[in-house]
Amino acid sequence: MNIHEYQAKALFEKFGVPVPKGATATSPEEFITALAQLPEGPTMVKSQIHAGGRGKGVFTNGYKGGVKFCKTKAEAREVAGHMLGNVLVTAQTGPAGRKVQTIYFTVASDIKKEYYLAILLDRASSRPVIVASTEGGVEIEKVAHDTPERLFKVLVDPAYGLADFQVRELVSKLALTGAEAKNAAKLIRALYTMFWETDAAMVEINPMITTPTGEVLALDAKVSFDDNALFRRPEIVALRDLNEEDPKEIEASKYGLSYIALDGSIACLVNGAGLAMSTMDIIKHFGGSPANFLDVGGGASKEQVIAAFKIILGDPAVKGIFVNIFGGIMDCNVIATGIVEAVKEVGLKLPLVVRLEGNNVAAGKATLAQSGLTIVSGDSMADAAQKIVKLVA
Amino acid sequence: MAILVTPQTKLIVQGITGDFGARHAKLSLDYGSQVVAGVTPGKGGQFFEHGSARVPIYNSVADAKAATGATVSVIFVPPPFAADAILEGADAGLELVIAITEGIPIKDMIRVKRAMAGGATRLIGPNCPGIVTPGTGPGSTGGCRIGIAPGYIHRKGHVGVVSRSGTLTYEAVYQLTVRKIGQSTSVGIGGDPVNGTSHLDVVKMFNADPDTHGIIVIGEIGGTAEVEAARWIKANCQKPVAGFIAGATAPAGRRMGHAGAIVGGAEDTAAAKIAVFKECGIEVAATPSDMADALVRAAKAKGVTLS
Repeated sequence: MNIHEYQAKALFEKFGVPVPKGATATSPEEFITALAQLPEGPTMVKSQIHAGGRGKGVFTNGYKGGVKFCKTKAEAREVAGHMLGNVLVTAQTGPAGRKVQTIYFTVASDIKKEYYLAILLDRASSRPVIVASTEGGVEIEKVAHDTPERLFKVLVDPAYGLADFQVRELVSKLALTGAEAKNAAKLIRALYTMFWETDAAMVEINPMITTPTGEVLALDAKVSFDDNALFRRPEIVALRDLNEEDPKEIEASKYGLSYIALDGSIACLVNGAGLAMSTMDIIKHFGGSPANFLDVGGGASKEQVIAAFKIILGDPAVKGIFVNIFGGIMDCNVIATGIVEAVKEVGLKLPLVVRLEGNNVAAGKATLAQSGLTIVSGDSMADAAQKIVKLVA
Repeated sequence: MAILVTPQTKLIVQGITGDFGARHAKLSLDYGSQVVAGVTPGKGGQFFEHGSARVPIYNSVADAKAATGATVSVIFVPPPFAADAILEGADAGLELVIAITEGIPIKDMIRVKRAMAGGATRLIGPNCPGIVTPGTGPGSTGGCRIGIAPGYIHRKGHVGVVSRSGTLTYEAVYQLTVRKIGQSTSVGIGGDPVNGTSHLDVVKMFNADPDTHGIIVIGEIGGTAEVEAARWIKANCQKPVAGFIAGATAPAGRRMGHAGAIVGGAEDTAAAKIAVFKECGIEVAATPSDMADALVRAAKAKGVTLS
C-alpha cells in the first residue's frame, strides 16, 4: 500500500526524521489557512498524487509541472490554483493521469548538497538493506547503472537491528563530517526505526539534503507498506487513499480477486498467480495483447466468476475473453457451471475461449458444450491462446 | 528414492482443525500419506477423524513429535500466527517444516529466517503448494502428499519439478503425466520474497538424487533466485534441465518499489532470467504449454531416458 508524500512526512516527523515545515490544502479556501502556517519567503507547491515524476509532469489543462518553486507565498497560492482539481500526467501515471486533490505547501529549503537514502528488503539475504548515495535528486536507477561506485549498501541483521558502526560507515561513505555527520546519523537511525516499526516495504528519500547551517532534511518522501502486515497496522490503513487506486481493482478486491488493468484487448480470467501471469505471456507469444491480470485464487466460485466477468467487461478496450482454469482440487464442472451462469447473467457478446483442465474435466466440458452458448473450448493453454488471438484479430 | 519426503514420512498437520487444514489433511490421508498427528493449541486429546483414520491432536508440536516420531510438519494456521507456528516446528527439532499459509508479514519472515539460520530444520514456503512424492497406486496414491496440490495429477517416475507458483507446478506435472513421464518429487517453494528454501537448494537435492533423471525449474519475475540456480546448474549439473519464467508481460513496478530494481540488479526481469537460462544450457519453454516438451527435448539432446 502506498501513501502520499505529506502523509509519509507526518510519519517521518513522528519518528524523528527531520522534514521542511509544511501544510496541506484541499480547497482554494484552505490555501490561505495552510500558507498562514508557513513563514513568508520561498515556498514549494507540491501536487499530492502517488505516482512519481511529478516535477516533470504536465496537467491536462496544459499547465507544466506538478511541483513548483515559488519566491513568495502569494505566488505559491496562485500556482496551487493551477494544480488543484486538475489532472496531472507523469511518466508513471500513464496517459490518463491522476486528479490532484491535495496540495502540499512546504518551506523551500536552502540546499547545500543532495543525497539519496532508501531502506527496503534485500531478497538475496532476506534482510533489510539501507541504500545511500552521494547522488541525490536524480533517478537512482541511472546512478546504479552509470556510477555504481557512488551507491552504498548496508545489510541490517534483524536479530540485532541497525548497529552504530553501520551508521558511521554510511555517513563516512557519504563524506559527511561535523554537524552534518551527526544529523545524518540521527536521521538514518530514525528512518530505520520507522521502517521496522511500521512494517514498511520501502522508504525512500530522494533527495535527502544538507543545508548551509548543517541541517539534514528529507526533502521528498516515498513510503510503501507490506500489504500482508496491514491487519496489524490500523493507523497505516487509515492513510489509504482510494482515489489513487483503480476503481476496478478496488471492486475486484471485494470479491477476493486480484486484478491489474493493462492496455491490451484480450481479457484473462485465471486461477493462480503464476498461471495468470503466464496466461498473459502466452497471449503475447501468439501475437495478442492481454487486457488484464486476473487471479480468482484457488476457488473460483460462481459469484467470483460473475464479478470477474463484470469487471472485465467494464473495460471498453476488451475484444475477447480467455478463461484459463486448472482445477486441481476444484471440480471443473462446478467452474463450468459458474462460467455458463455468469455468461447468461452478463449477456456476453464478445468471443469467449475457455480452457479447462483437471478434476472432472469431461463433465465440465460437457456443461460448456450443452449450454447453448457460443463458448469456444481450448484443449491446452497454447491451443486456447491461439484461438482467442485469432478471434479478436 | 525421491527428495525431502517418502511414502514413509510421518507428518504433523499444524492447524488441522481449521477448515483449510482439515480439508487438505483428509486429501493427504486419502492419498495414503502418513498423517500421524495434528496440532491445535487447546484441543490436545481430541481426534481428527476421516474414514477409518483417527488422528490424535496435540497441544504442541513437541508433544506431537514425542508421541508419534513425526519428522515433518505442514502449517495451515492463519497469517498472524504462522511465524510462531514455523518457529514451534523448528524448536521441536523437526527435519522439515512446510508452510502453506499465504499472507505472512514480510517482517515476520525476515525474523523467522534469521532465527532458523544454522539450525537443523529446513523450511519450505511460505505461500506454497507443498510437496508431492508420488506413489505407485491408482492416481499415484500411496505416495506422500503434503500441502494443497492435487495428488491424482502425479505419476511416479524420475522428473523433479521445482516452482514458486502452485498452478504452474500443477501445469508442468500434468503435462508430464499425460506424456506418461512420472515425477520423483514436485516441490513448490512459494511465491513470497522471503522463503525458506530456494530454487538452488532444491536443484542441488535433485542433482544428488540418483532417482531423478531430469529437472524442470519454473520461475517468475523478481529476485535473482532462478539466476543463481541456473549458474549452479551450468557448473555442476549433468542432468537435462528445462525452465520456464512467468511474467514477461507483467507491468514493471507493480509489485516492487523502484529502488527494488537496484538491489535486485538488472537480472530480475523475465527477459534477463530467460537469457541466463539459455546461456546456462537450460532448455527454455517458449510458453507454459511447452514445459514438459522442453524437458523431453533436453533429455533427448543428452541421451537421457526420462520414463
